[in-house]
Amino acid sequence: MRLKERVMRWVFAASASVCIAAVVLICVFLFANGIPFFKKYDLFAFLSGTTWSPDIYDTGKGVYGILPMIVGSIYVTAGALLIGGPIGILAGVYMARFAPKNLLKVLQPMMALMAGIPSVVYGFFGITNLVPMVREVFGGTGFSILTACLLLGIMILPTILQLTYSAVKAVPEYYFEGSLALGATEERSVFRAVMPAAKSGILAAVVLGIGRAIGETMAVVMVAGNQARMPKGLLKGVRTLTSNIVTEMGYAADMHREALIATGVVLFVFILLINLLFSILKRKGETA
Amino acid sequence: MSKIEIKNLDLYYDDLQALKNVNMSIAANRITAFIGPSGCGKSTLIKTLNRMNDLIPGCHITGSVTLDGEDIYGKDLDVNLLRKRVGMVFQKPNPFPMTIYDNIAYGPRTHGVHRKAMLDEIVEKSLQDAAIWGELKDRLLKSALGLSGGQQQRLCIARALAVQPEVLLMDEPTSALDPISTAKIEELALQLKEHYTLVMVTHNMQQALRVSDTTAFFLLGEVVEYSDTEKLFSMPVDKRTEDYITGRFG
Ligand SMILES: Nc1ncnc2c1ncn2[C@@H]1O[C@H](COP(=O)(O)OP(=O)(O)OP(=O)(O)O)[C@@H](O)[C@H]1O
Ligand SMILES: [Mg+2]
Repeated sequence: MRLKERVMRWVFAASASVCIAAVVLICVFLFANGIPFFKKYDLFAFLSGTTWSPDIYDTGKGVYGILPMIVGSIYVTAGALLIGGPIGILAGVYMARFAPKNLLKVLQPMMALMAGIPSVVYGFFGITNLVPMVREVFGGTGFSILTACLLLGIMILPTILQLTYSAVKAVPEYYFEGSLALGATEERSVFRAVMPAAKSGILAAVVLGIGRAIGETMAVVMVAGNQARMPKGLLKGVRTLTSNIVTEMGYAADMHREALIATGVVLFVFILLINLLFSILKRKGETA
Repeated sequence: MSKIEIKNLDLYYDDLQALKNVNMSIAANRITAFIGPSGCGKSTLIKTLNRMNDLIPGCHITGSVTLDGEDIYGKDLDVNLLRKRVGMVFQKPNPFPMTIYDNIAYGPRTHGVHRKAMLDEIVEKSLQDAAIWGELKDRLLKSALGLSGGQQQRLCIARALAVQPEVLLMDEPTSALDPISTAKIEELALQLKEHYTLVMVTHNMQQALRVSDTTAFFLLGEVVEYSDTEKLFSMPVDKRTEDYITGRFG
């Protein structure tokens, strides 16, 4: 018994160490490979440059400005959030408080499935359905910021919905009852008493949705057009930080390759900030 | 004058009968106490008075409950209006996770009061009526969750008063509180009965004796005895009541 416990404890500790080691290794790799680039290329020019013209033919005249991709990522993420946020939150609240049991039995596995669909499948759906739809309704090629926003909005739905659902479910029933006892309707009680109590959880859901949207690669590459220039409108193509890496990594070499790794570093810093925000919100929710 | 009239009330949770032929008339501007062992139906009865039992699936009643002569289970009765008229304070203090001010203003806002000056006035008046204005007036914009349990409970009473109810139901309002907070709530209840009709569930016999005018003793869903508090405690008619109040209850 004693021995078994000791062994198990060792197994747990080892598993935890592997996780930590993986994260640390990724950080080290990313920064070790990304930093050399900034010795040769000005950080400011990299972040604020609007031209991305890699030195493919080895002429020594590459220009690496990733501002278009930063802006692109922000646009696409914000758009996805605008679409997926409200729908996900309202649907999550509906499922937690209003949906009849039978409907819930159908909805919950569907959401789990939706969260598990590989993003390349979403991308196919985007190409075969959303792109032609946007082309027909709004004109242009259909490969656009708008299309990417729509697709990402759908993709982050399950994340936001499920986290909102758990946050609302976790609110003790006595807030709801307290509100009803004052003569409020059930709807008002949910929106004014239960939801404020779930506020930090819902915010965390949104932040995690942002994280998903900004890190999404495959689906965006497939529908966004990928032009490496400052985005000029909702119906124009756009390239995000992730798609910048994935479209060029296959053939990039030397300086170009390092610039892509540096793009990864920037993306990593973004995700780090978002996760930081997430854990701050979570902690605030626990103490409130 | 009787405020609430309960006639031949039976209540079932699915098949379980939790109240058996309850008849009771609750007087206005009096404190009525419900006592009895755990599971005898005190909370169940108090929740029929503001229809909080509507929330429990499978709960149904027969018989009638009237408030000022109006059947509160009648077809065209507005439940939300009923709950505005019959306020409730819960066993566990349940202030909303928002500021003290917003807690009190919640009810009035629900019923259409939005003018700042008016809300300010209601907040002050309610807190004063709940005898907690002095303690809280400098921290109205702080979270209500930072208050002590006793303060939270008085805040909940103030919140209930803010919608100007006629009846105030309290289900073991002091069972989660320390003796000093308990004394404050009891004192408050005595002040409130001047303007409100109070119904209070308590496990504390001394409390029933101290604050209530009328007491009902419950056993297994039945009202065994219902009379003036003093009479019930000094000269109980039923043997079971006597056993219970003298602590000989098995
Ligand atoms: N939601 C419910 N569903 C089913 N049965 C219930 C429900 N609430 C209460 N009961 C049952 O009804 C009976 C009366 O319960 P009630 O809560 O009214 O007792 P009580 O007198 O308030 O007890 P206590 O002093 O412990 O609060 C009990 O047998 C209880 O198990
Ligand atoms: Mg009870």
